[in-house]
Amino acid sequence: MYRSQVLVCGGTGCTSSHSEKVIAALHREIEKHGLENEIKVIRTGCFGLCALGPIMIVYPEGSFYSMISEDHIAEIVEEHFVKGRVVTKYLYKETVTEDGIISLNDTNFYKKQHRVALRNCGVIDPENIEEYIARDGYQALCKAVNDMTSDDVINTIKESGLRGRGGGGFPTGVKWSLAKANDADQKYVACNADEGDPGAFMDRSVLEGDPHALIEAMAIAGYAIGATKGFVYVRAEYPIAVKRLDNAIKQARERGILGGKVFGSDFEFDMEIRLGAGAFVCGEETALMTSIEGNRGEPRPRPPFPAQKGLFGKPTVLSNVETYANIPQIILNGAEWFSSMGTEKSKGTKVFALGGNINNTGLVEVPMGTTLREVVDEIGGGIPKGKKFKAAQTGGPSGGCIPASLFDVEIDYDNLIAIGSMMGSGGLIVMDEDSCMVDIAKFFLEFTVDESCGKCTPCRIGTKRMLEILEKITSGKAELEDIDKLEKLCHYIKNNSLCGLGQTAPNPVLSTLRYFREEYIAHVVDKKCPAGVCKDLLQYSIDPEKCIGCSACSRVCPANAISGEIKKVFIIDQNTCIKCGACEAKCRFGAISKG
Amino acid sequence: MALKQSAIPFAGTAEQEELLMAVIEKHKGEAGGLMPVLHEAQEIYGYLPIEVQNKIASELNIPLEKVYGVVSFYSQFSINPKGKYKVSVCLGTACYVKGAGNLYEKLKQKLGVEDGGITDDGKFSLEACRCIGACGLAPVLTVNDEVYGRLTEKDLDTILAKYKD
Repeated sequence: MYRSQVLVCGGTGCTSSHSEKVIAALHREIEKHGLENEIKVIRTGCFGLCALGPIMIVYPEGSFYSMISEDHIAEIVEEHFVKGRVVTKYLYKETVTEDGIISLNDTNFYKKQHRVALRNCGVIDPENIEEYIARDGYQALCKAVNDMTSDDVINTIKESGLRGRGGGGFPTGVKWSLAKANDADQKYVACNADEGDPGAFMDRSVLEGDPHALIEAMAIAGYAIGATKGFVYVRAEYPIAVKRLDNAIKQARERGILGGKVFGSDFEFDMEIRLGAGAFVCGEETALMTSIEGNRGEPRPRPPFPAQKGLFGKPTVLSNVETYANIPQIILNGAEWFSSMGTEKSKGTKVFALGGNINNTGLVEVPMGTTLREVVDEIGGGIPKGKKFKAAQTGGPSGGCIPASLFDVEIDYDNLIAIGSMMGSGGLIVMDEDSCMVDIAKFFLEFTVDESCGKCTPCRIGTKRMLEILEKITSGKAELEDIDKLEKLCHYIKNNSLCGLGQTAPNPVLSTLRYFREEYIAHVVDKKCPAGVCKDLLQYSIDPEKCIGCSACSRVCPANAISGEIKKVFIIDQNTCIKCGACEAKCRFGAISKG
Repeated sequence: MALKQSAIPFAGTAEQEELLMAVIEKHKGEAGGLMPVLHEAQEIYGYLPIEVQNKIASELNIPLEKVYGVVSFYSQFSINPKGKYKVSVCLGTACYVKGAGNLYEKLKQKLGVEDGGITDDGKFSLEACRCIGACGLAPVLTVNDEVYGRLTEKDLDTILAKYKD
């Protein structure tokens, strides 16, 4: 029995800010004070508040230390663990109020959150199956195979209203019943953990923080449709996730959960991991299956759907990690419990990865129907440096930008589609007034051009043509008719591409055209970039009133474009200027501005 | 993406070949076994030169063009050797919004290489990478397996200086 437990985040975010060094320092200091039998250090998954990493929480007090480094550990061990005095100065400042220290769950970041898919992330040691079991782990699987028929399981999932969390939003229960209805000698359960949408990392966090939940859910899916084998297709860019999932699969086999008859029933299930190799299109279901089969990850036409002819030509159920993470909870708590959360057509919760120009970057899980304002302003803590909210991008390269005028939209599948964006896997990138929407659209197009697999022409050539027009616009060479051409092309590509990648590739352009058309026009007609991002449309100039003639700018200019005499006003030669911005950064008098 | 075959001659050792053969043996006959073989082969050699692809093709009894087709499709597979220190700048959306694009341009200038290039002494290779999911620390870059986050332009020299040897 330990008197104190120290949970340190070992997710990718905190590991990147060196939480492993913190853990090593903790062990060192605890040993120095001879507290090994009193204080236990546990490496957990992601707490969600990645911006403040590395994060450490001490129970039973629940003291939440943030942005700690190994240098703080000696003091914390000495003061807190030996003398029992919480080191307030290293605590997350939101937990420290005039009335004392408040619980983490009462802070703005956590109080509106409701954790279902992430319930164990940051709570248990993901490398220890016992901790998962202690949190009701594998009870749902046991209940399913012993007390429920496969139809009971499918009906429960159907009634819960769970829809796929990977982007499409297809009802999960329906998918399962279709796969069950197809007779075959072999069926498969597959998991899409190829989280390619830039800025989304919830699937990784579940794999890193609660890998057994995925195993349990896939086994339940296997039982429901009559599949004995599962494949998890994980991005190779997620080494920690792969390691923990691999470890969890081994533990589940040792316990007799995988690899044989499950919990004394006649149902057998086993699973294996397959690594992706960095192709965004493999997030598309048919491309993913082609990739698992050992080929170039190109999509194939549907029908036949995976539920009819999927992996290796057999009926297959494919969902993403977050979708699966909800399953055991639904089986345990019932369909009604799940459907009591959310909106009419979107039940349950959704995890969002908050990123970009926002204070609390990290992972949040909120009931469907929470407004964008609540997520950005309250949970996310608003925009840094007092800047204004300009847009939120959801759905990654397949989604769109939501403008400030729609800040009160309730986030669910259908509302987002209606305003020209989409849920996608849940990346939510906030942009402030310094972001150029044409540049953002171009950024996504560069991504899709690079990631288009090349199989169908509308996507392969169309996206390239779109990018060329956008490049014309951002370099000031476009005419108004180019905008019309761009719009027409968007609709053509949307309607004619083979798979989801091409069909949604125009969304970033269409949504920015819809809400920020005046910015496109400013680029085309006035040859100006209002946000000051597009380099070809920028001009740096020196304000003669403010310049004191110190020559700092001319010395830092890599292109020798600035000339003048000491103590007199300096001048930038626009023809030589490469618009690197070095002069502006160097000037201490604010004399250089871009416009 | 242009695929230029490296001019650096292949220098595989007998030990590497032995490891490769063991990998092939392990996955032979496995449905969809080509991808795992390629992953593990890249671990052994650091990249997938045509000599290695040839070996895999003949041992697995599949045409070389299929092996090359798969290798060239996925961005994680490289037919060119990487630098001793592999610098990858994340150009995911969160990092891009926070200025990763500029950092990448600066690094190209500092190292004197193009996108996906390698310095003449073989020390540094530079590439843009897809979101590594450390969005909370944006903008980020990685040098081999080490992650550097919350970057500003000023940090670049300090980071590169760490890898002088």
